[in-house]
Amino acid sequence: MGQQKAGFYERVDQALHDDFLRKALVDAQEKLREGKKTQSELLENWEDWRKRGEEIRRHTIENLDSYLEQFAKNAEKQGANVFFAKTKEEAVEYITRLAIEKEAKSVIKSKSMVSEEIHLNQALEAIGIEAIESDLGEYIIQLAKETPSHIIVPAIHKNKEQVAELFSKVAGEEIPDDPQILASFARKVLREKFLQADIGLSGANFAVAESGSIVLVSNEGNARLSTTVPKVHVVTMGMERIVPDWESLDTLISLLPRSATGQKITTYLTGITGPKRKADVDGPEEMHIIILDNGRSQILGTEYQNILHCIRCGACLNHCPVYRHIGGHAYGSVYSGPIGSVLTPLLEGLDDWKELPFACSLCGACSETCPVGIPLDDYLVKLRRDVVDSGNASWLEKKAFQTFGWVTGNPSIYQFGINLADTALKPFAEGDIIKKAPSVLGKWTKGKDLPKPPNQSFREWWEKKGEKQDGE
Amino acid sequence: MKASLFITCIADSMFANVGISAVKVLEKLGVELDFPKKQTCCGQPAYNSGHHEATKRAAKHMIEVFKNSEYVIFLAGSCAGMVRETYIDLLKDEPEWQQKAIDLANRTYEFSEFLVKVLKVSDIGAELKAKATYHQSCHMTRQIKVIEEPLLLLSHVKGLEMIDLPLKEDCCGFGGTFSIKMPEISVAMVQEKTEHIEETDAEILIGSDMACVMNIKGRLSRNGQELRSLHVAEVLAEGCGL
Repeated sequence: MGQQKAGFYERVDQALHDDFLRKALVDAQEKLREGKKTQSELLENWEDWRKRGEEIRRHTIENLDSYLEQFAKNAEKQGANVFFAKTKEEAVEYITRLAIEKEAKSVIKSKSMVSEEIHLNQALEAIGIEAIESDLGEYIIQLAKETPSHIIVPAIHKNKEQVAELFSKVAGEEIPDDPQILASFARKVLREKFLQADIGLSGANFAVAESGSIVLVSNEGNARLSTTVPKVHVVTMGMERIVPDWESLDTLISLLPRSATGQKITTYLTGITGPKRKADVDGPEEMHIIILDNGRSQILGTEYQNILHCIRCGACLNHCPVYRHIGGHAYGSVYSGPIGSVLTPLLEGLDDWKELPFACSLCGACSETCPVGIPLDDYLVKLRRDVVDSGNASWLEKKAFQTFGWVTGNPSIYQFGINLADTALKPFAEGDIIKKAPSVLGKWTKGKDLPKPPNQSFREWWEKKGEKQDGE
Repeated sequence: MKASLFITCIADSMFANVGISAVKVLEKLGVELDFPKKQTCCGQPAYNSGHHEATKRAAKHMIEVFKNSEYVIFLAGSCAGMVRETYIDLLKDEPEWQQKAIDLANRTYEFSEFLVKVLKVSDIGAELKAKATYHQSCHMTRQIKVIEEPLLLLSHVKGLEMIDLPLKEDCCGFGGTFSIKMPEISVAMVQEKTEHIEETDAEILIGSDMACVMNIKGRLSRNGQELRSLHVAEVLAEGCGL
């Protein structure tokens, strides 16, 4: 949590000076982008798939209340306990109370972003229950006492040498930085933990309303173990994870792994419908599904509603040129990158997150790559508007843009302003360039030169041209 | 054919030669060009900074200035995107103005787009012996989707060898007021862009948006690197000896 305490600009500065992190991000982005490109091209008519995905998400979110009801009813029919948590606190309270009731000593977790959102691990540890992450990436960052820096690749910022160092500490002896050896070490340690755990916790990539099932998309097998070995299975999911039926799921499953990791399909695609039945030889005896609101329902009905379309593939992070250079921790929020910069202020309020919408060059790569058509860059501009309208812009900036609005409507004043800026800038020129500009432009010249304005503006040239032609 | 020129504030004040070159090329192609002197800025700096009320004033002024123009030719893809896409959404609560915005959007063209789509020209007989690379700007690519037109024009310039820019789809880090608000991130982004440009061995960097070009050139210059940079209009004008 240490990285969350510093301010946004400090975190950015830290990231930009971390050469290792920056190389890791570039390498990972390139691999993930390439994978998505290849797999989406192989699927052919990708744009049609995207459109269908968007339509399914739109329909689901527009009818979320009835689908949630249908899901809960069907899940309960299959023997699961369903709990709607309005807040993080309610979700945490339900799980901790359950753990105490079950006299649980340890909880084995497969990857869940919602559990990060509600800070579940800390809450469990506070009451003396060990929470162990079993997704390899999550396990690594748990050992490093960090938070995920990517939605689907939580340890994207760590290389094998750093992982070896962390694992060596656990082992009490040196573990070589060979990925195979590292993976088998983690497997050995975690296997014990799976067998000891009293509760298994998972997220849900999707929740199918027509059957009350949850669907998990995973690669390591840890999700299967977490949800079958312990006696109790707890699911944490955001209320927008719903899909109406298995047919819709088929479309979304075609989009998710391709967009996320460039895989046609993940190693495991697991559908879980209720706890163990009488005829089953194994499986958990109890299943608890916690459906989290935590600000989501407030987004419904607003101009930002489509943000709830998100299927958490992380493609916007993988294509974002800002994320590429600063990584996930700089954002300071659980969800990072373009989706995080939109979702976090909407869930938690703009006051605490007012920098995030501005941490973007508005290039639009995120919206272009989003498999369910969320207009992320458009939302970021609208959140900037909300920052300004809520009085969070500086007085100087507000005045400057009020003046801007007035000046752009007054051509002669506009021209005067341009001339004035030119005249003001010229004394700072060394030859044809300006290395240190005055006022706000000084921020530009921190790392870039500015050209010296030309001696004749286009307008002046045009006027002279007109005079010449008139005289001819 | 009659058309009006929208110079853009950056070209007006910082890159006069871009405007001059565009005028020469368009006139050579027989366009009867006018330059409405009341034009100011499209409002993008205010819009992207969240000051949407101020932007509405700029937008309405822009709509008024060009209300009688048959075509409006923009010397930047980003400003064309602002008018073509953003105004319509920005003015949605004022249906009368929104209708006017739609009308202006239908007459708005980016420079290369106008040449290829309206004038139906791809080869204007230009010749320029050099190795060059092209920076595709984000708004021009993603907002108005003008991608092939400048490349088509450049491909017909005799002697001009175009080298594909690695990771051309990545933003150069300009982002309007982003470059002032978050200068450190902007510099990190443009630094990578300059490295990819260097990989191409190009002698000229060509662009369609002078704001991006100014950003890239500014970083190159800070790194002590000299690289000629030109707008597509400048390449065509110079190539035709105009």
